[in-house]
Amino acid sequence: MTQKNQYKLNVNGQTVEVTAEPRELLIYTLREQLNITGPHIGCETSHCGACTVTIDGKSVKSCTMFVAQAEGKEITTIEGLGGPDALHPLQEAFKEHHGLQCGYCTPGMITRASKLLEEIPNPTEEEIRFGMAGNICRCTGYQNIVKSIKAAAAEINAAKEAAQ
Amino acid sequence: MKDEAVTREDRVASLKGMGCSRKRVEDARFTQGKGNYVDDIKLDGMLFGDFVRSPYAHAKITNIDTSAAMEVPGVLAVLTAADLAPLGLHWMPTLAGDKQMVLADGKVLFQGQEVAFVVAEDRYAAADGIEAVEVEYEELPVIVDPFEALQSDVVLRPDTVGEDGSPSDGAHGPRKHHNHIFTWECGDKDPTEQVIANAEVVAEESMYYHRTHPCPLETCGCVASMDKVNGKLTLWGTFQAPHAIRTVVSLISGIEEHNIRVISPDIGGGFGNKVGAYPGYVCSVVASIVTGKPVKWIEDRMDNLMTTAFARDYWMKGRISATKDGKITGLHCHVTADHGGFDACADPTKFPAGFMNICTGSYDIPTAFLEVDGVYTNKAPGGVSYRCSFRVTEAVYFIERMIEVLAIELDMDASELRKINFIKKEQFPYKAALGWEYDSGDYHTAWDKAMKAVDYDGLRAEQKQRIEDFKAGKTRKLLGIGLTHFTEIVGAGPVKNCDILGLGMFDSCEIRIHPTGSAIARLGTISQGQGHATTFAQILASEIGLPADSITIEEGDTDTAPYGLGTYGSRSTPVAGAATAMAGRKIRAKAQMIAAYLLEVHDDDVEFDVDRFVVKGAPEKFKTMKEIAFAAYNQAIPGVEPGLEAVSYYDPPNMTYPFGAYVCVMEIDVDTGVTDIRQFYALDDCGTRINPMIIEGQIHGGLTEALAVALGQEIAYDDMGNVKTGTLMDFFLPTAWEVPNYETDHTVTPSPHHPIGAKGVGESPHVGGVPCFSNAVHDAFRAFGLRQTNMPHDHWRIWRTANELGLHD
Repeated sequence: MTQKNQYKLNVNGQTVEVTAEPRELLIYTLREQLNITGPHIGCETSHCGACTVTIDGKSVKSCTMFVAQAEGKEITTIEGLGGPDALHPLQEAFKEHHGLQCGYCTPGMITRASKLLEEIPNPTEEEIRFGMAGNICRCTGYQNIVKSIKAAAAEINAAKEAAQ
Repeated sequence: MKDEAVTREDRVASLKGMGCSRKRVEDARFTQGKGNYVDDIKLDGMLFGDFVRSPYAHAKITNIDTSAAMEVPGVLAVLTAADLAPLGLHWMPTLAGDKQMVLADGKVLFQGQEVAFVVAEDRYAAADGIEAVEVEYEELPVIVDPFEALQSDVVLRPDTVGEDGSPSDGAHGPRKHHNHIFTWECGDKDPTEQVIANAEVVAEESMYYHRTHPCPLETCGCVASMDKVNGKLTLWGTFQAPHAIRTVVSLISGIEEHNIRVISPDIGGGFGNKVGAYPGYVCSVVASIVTGKPVKWIEDRMDNLMTTAFARDYWMKGRISATKDGKITGLHCHVTADHGGFDACADPTKFPAGFMNICTGSYDIPTAFLEVDGVYTNKAPGGVSYRCSFRVTEAVYFIERMIEVLAIELDMDASELRKINFIKKEQFPYKAALGWEYDSGDYHTAWDKAMKAVDYDGLRAEQKQRIEDFKAGKTRKLLGIGLTHFTEIVGAGPVKNCDILGLGMFDSCEIRIHPTGSAIARLGTISQGQGHATTFAQILASEIGLPADSITIEEGDTDTAPYGLGTYGSRSTPVAGAATAMAGRKIRAKAQMIAAYLLEVHDDDVEFDVDRFVVKGAPEKFKTMKEIAFAAYNQAIPGVEPGLEAVSYYDPPNMTYPFGAYVCVMEIDVDTGVTDIRQFYALDDCGTRINPMIIEGQIHGGLTEALAVALGQEIAYDDMGNVKTGTLMDFFLPTAWEVPNYETDHTVTPSPHHPIGAKGVGESPHVGGVPCFSNAVHDAFRAFGLRQTNMPHDHWRIWRTANELGLHD
């Protein structure tokens, strides 16, 4: 065991302070200290994407980042994307188009997709498949995930247009 | 009447019963990150346990020194076999009638085997403790080849030989050699040999169905909490069969079954990986008893791939005989099955090679014989059904490859050969040569529909042109047309021949109707993503006439759910789905009496209509199920008990036999070995369809797992028994980028013996998909002389095939 330090993070819009060993991976800080259990652990080698969160505007796999590296950063997890009172269009679309089965990859999948749709607001199927290739799903075969993301993109774009 | 404007169709639709694509009730939680998986569980004072694992595949353990580990801050205990032995828990029974070391007892038999269990305040301290445990090993000769194992003097399992070194009898009878586990025979040996000896044409082929792994995205794990005050053990875990786990824990720990509560929370995919009992469960329970605190154990990905429940690893040798015009006369199959260091297959007790005897497939084969030899090697134990029913994947791969090889031998079109030999519709129920009675099928209709949908003749014409172009140097890409017609056997199963550890494989459902007309139903199964909370409510909605949205489905808690054997082998719909329908019918029978009383007519004078009982011939006189539910709680009805509840334990009379016709069109670049799936058409017949949306999702997912297995996924060992594919860096899980879009289609041939005619679908696409992808690869090279090349067909192996066929010259 090494000495514990204090780290200040901004998680889902709230500033939090945690005490942790520098070697502690961010996913454990989120899940075990902050009880943010939406992001999951699937591989610990950055391959599966179940732990995906958004850090300072980028999709990051929180299983291969130390909490020390997250000091002072803005972190968004699935819990910060939308809740019962106001779902994110992706959360609606995944349900509507059967974009999930066991649900284990879903928080990481939706969190990544939310960034993808900011990077490419109206992606082609190829762009979705390429942009989501860092997130593995063992249940759906991706076909309905692609469908869900397309539908959410249309929804978001329509809302944007209506607002203009 | 009060709802005159509402049509019968409206009433049917509002129930969201069988046949509609009801959206899943599970999704609200999962899409908002509010699932509750086992690693999400956090209890006061909870400790974390993890294993010291063997770096060697075969070694003697001469010493374990835990003293330094005990000095590591945060470490509370280190368990070894010596600590478990006084409790009799250093070994545990496997589901296959063998036994398995919980912690290494003097030796290790595979790389990654559990040697010591470190219990610490958190997972980091446990990892530090693991580093500090000193284990002295003395390496022993390693055997990773089952054929070598059967010749070798090296005794892998000294506990299975007598004092003179001869093998003692195993769970399935006499053993031929000290590394042999069992021989299982099925069918008619001599008649099959005679038919083949006298046949006009015989095709012979050997194939290896490689070792792979179910690899659900969530690994295995548990939390054990022993409450010493009330003597009750609670065990949360990734259990596909929670009740069976409770019984096993009771049998091996001596804790009475009523004092054990097993809970399967949300499960992040199972695919067979989470059926068995693992050392982590036993060690967590012991550690909780020792420390008096809850103990969590969660595998990491390497632990998962290297140690818990591999699948397949079958060396299959076949001979198939036919007349000159293609009518199959006989089939002979021999399997050498590599079971690893312990026989921990999860098969019904009487079937040591599972339902491998479905290997006559969709064909009317009059004479057949199957022989399977199980063998110990220095590999991880397992042999589970990875998204299939008990070795059915192996069986279907075998027959669908043998058909292709026979087509080559006969110089015949592989579709034509299948059509000549399909069991005909009028032959059902069909008694197969290896013993099963197929319940229903219409293979020709399904096949013709598939061939038409893909324009099979057009594809063959295109392929012919492609071969000419290739030979003329105009293209470097070949076209493969993969065909498969599979017949599954699922829904294990009838108690008369299906049990696991003596537990009959029935399943159950218990329903309580609440006074206001909503309900809760509990089942002995457990969803791992299949959407049971959605679909079982649909079955009930149609059976009892209350809206699916008013029915809660609950599974996975042994204190509340009725006893059942769990979810694997596509058994939930065939068995628990049937129990659900039958329990629903009991509710309906009582509701009929209540309705008749309320309507002041005889019981026989009312009939069920969607959501109500109506007086026969007077449909304006009725009582809705909602009204009846309330009456059950507030009326004193002579001769009828208050309340409205039912329970059903369903022992299926037979298995169910889903089938399907698949076609894969694949482009192969002969210079890189890269495959591109241009089209995949999947026609499934799973009998009555409960939720088409969920069925389609299951098919997409199963096909993708089939693609993985056929085209790249494997658990590979080197000669030293090192696992070469222990992380997702090496173990192929397809991403969205590698996966095509699939076309799904269906026919409906209900099961005649199932209460609602449903057959189950979850595993069909995997069972049928693997040979279809593989056949596409083979078919692309058929014109150049390829008969058989083993999976996985990754780019390198395909390139090598092309090279060996001289296509790079």
